[in-house]
Amino acid sequence: MTTVLRTQALSKIFRVGFWGRPVTALENLDLEVSQGEVFGFLGPNGAGKTTTLKILMGLLYPTTGQAWLLDREVGDVAVKQQIGFLPESPYFYDYLTGEEFLRFYGQLFRLDGQRLADRITDLLELVGLRDARRLQLRKFSKGMLQRVGIAQALINDPSLVILDEPMSGLDPIGRKEIRDLIFRLKERGKTVFFSSHILHDAEMLCDRVGMLVQGKLVALGRVAELLGAASTQSIEVVVDGLDAEGLAMLETMAHRVVAQGSRVLCVMNGQGRVNDLLDLARARQATVLSLTPQKSSLEDLFIREVREQQHVGSVGEELSP
Amino acid sequence: MTPLVAIALNGFRENLREKLLYNLVLFALLLIGSSILLSRLHLGEDSRLVLDLGLACINLFGVLIAVFIGIGLVSKEIEKKTIYTILAKPVSRSVFLLGKYLGLTITLLVNTAIMLAGLLVVLWLMEAPVTLLLFKAVLLIVMELLLITAVALLCSTFTTSTLSAIFTLAVYVIGHVTNDLKALSGKLDATGQAILTGLYYVLPNLEHFNIKGQVIHQVEVPLDQMALTLAYGVLYTGLVLCLAAGIFQRREFK
Repeated sequence: MTTVLRTQALSKIFRVGFWGRPVTALENLDLEVSQGEVFGFLGPNGAGKTTTLKILMGLLYPTTGQAWLLDREVGDVAVKQQIGFLPESPYFYDYLTGEEFLRFYGQLFRLDGQRLADRITDLLELVGLRDARRLQLRKFSKGMLQRVGIAQALINDPSLVILDEPMSGLDPIGRKEIRDLIFRLKERGKTVFFSSHILHDAEMLCDRVGMLVQGKLVALGRVAELLGAASTQSIEVVVDGLDAEGLAMLETMAHRVVAQGSRVLCVMNGQGRVNDLLDLARARQATVLSLTPQKSSLEDLFIREVREQQHVGSVGEELSP
Repeated sequence: MTPLVAIALNGFRENLREKLLYNLVLFALLLIGSSILLSRLHLGEDSRLVLDLGLACINLFGVLIAVFIGIGLVSKEIEKKTIYTILAKPVSRSVFLLGKYLGLTITLLVNTAIMLAGLLVVLWLMEAPVTLLLFKAVLLIVMELLLITAVALLCSTFTTSTLSAIFTLAVYVIGHVTNDLKALSGKLDATGQAILTGLYYVLPNLEHFNIKGQVIHQVEVPLDQMALTLAYGVLYTGLVLCLAAGIFQRREFK
């Protein structure tokens, strides 16, 4: 499969303060994203996600290392013909209307005439802003700005779409719409590379994820692989109408039992004794209200990795003279 | 449409939507008010004063626009992060810079043209003679504005709006007294002399673009002097723009 995005030992060191104290924002990042993939670039705030994206878009220069987009080195203006980019919390020319805004961005790709007009209509429809066509951007809500931002990123029908925190600041409906949009892009064979710290979205959307903590890539791979095969950690069962004797038997099976009125919540470790619990409920004429597997999530992995890095950092500090 | 033209026209549209050309109303009121006042006072040749005032206003309003819009051309785009999406498109940094410059140039040209038309109307109402010299003076004012805009743009590529405004206004003021700098340097010690002579050669000599006195007193400005002054302006502006592009190319957007 063709590689559309590649970085090799990419590092960025910023100089901060009066004395130019070096701060490493990104350290030896090696990454490859293949055509048609939805890739989630995850990490806590300040992990170096935006720095990476800015290097890819030529807004920052790497201190060391190299990066390529569609087999061309970043910084090559021509490659941007096939790329769409949405920056984090985007600001746009607020004196333009939705339509003028998209027309301007289309003109930067030398699009014009009916072709551009049709494209604008399609995009406004796609991001649900048909009615805001003649509304100035200064009157847009945050969600609308995010959506028009995505529309501008797609104006050139790019083969690689790079989105920096596309879901941030959106309500649940807005986030769902963006998720659907990313799915639609994937269906059309586009490659989507997006950064996020909203893990739930990434878990649902991504073919692969990379996790960045303090400038270092700490995990990379398919979500299922990263979470491990035995991802189901526990099962929560809610039973209604169990008698006292049944309850006593239940306590021997479950890891934890919480009774509330006639309802009982029991947490089972693993799947082993779930069938026994169901048999018990049936025999005692009780009703099973729900059965919910509690999976280990990306969030657990994320928190674990962040803690580990922080631990390594603090040990390093203790050891350093 | 090329990206350069698109960026320039967008810049012009921004100035229009920001209601920048409202200053023209102020200019018109000033000009009409003063001509009414002067015609009542009957201080001899009213038209000379109107001409003087009119040209001074065209120059002053132009410089104010060039400085205060020019300094924000790039720094505002960086502060508001609008530049991120533009540079993510197939647009080189120098095209972006030149586009922003051309956008303000269009605004300045439109502004000057309307002010000049206003001045001509007032002169016509006063039945004052209009000579080619007036147009030459306005042409040189425009050249000066283009140069000042380039300086403002240059400052805007590496520092904040406030510092850019201070630098550009300083260049404008010193640019009009560079001859005095040279004269003053003769009276200083070696170090002072070197600094002032350096400033004399590095900063633009903006007095070349000021022929208002000649217009008022109807002293003809020969064509070769005009051509030389314009060539000086174009060359200086070009060099400043190249320097701005060089700095902007290295700029990082944190």
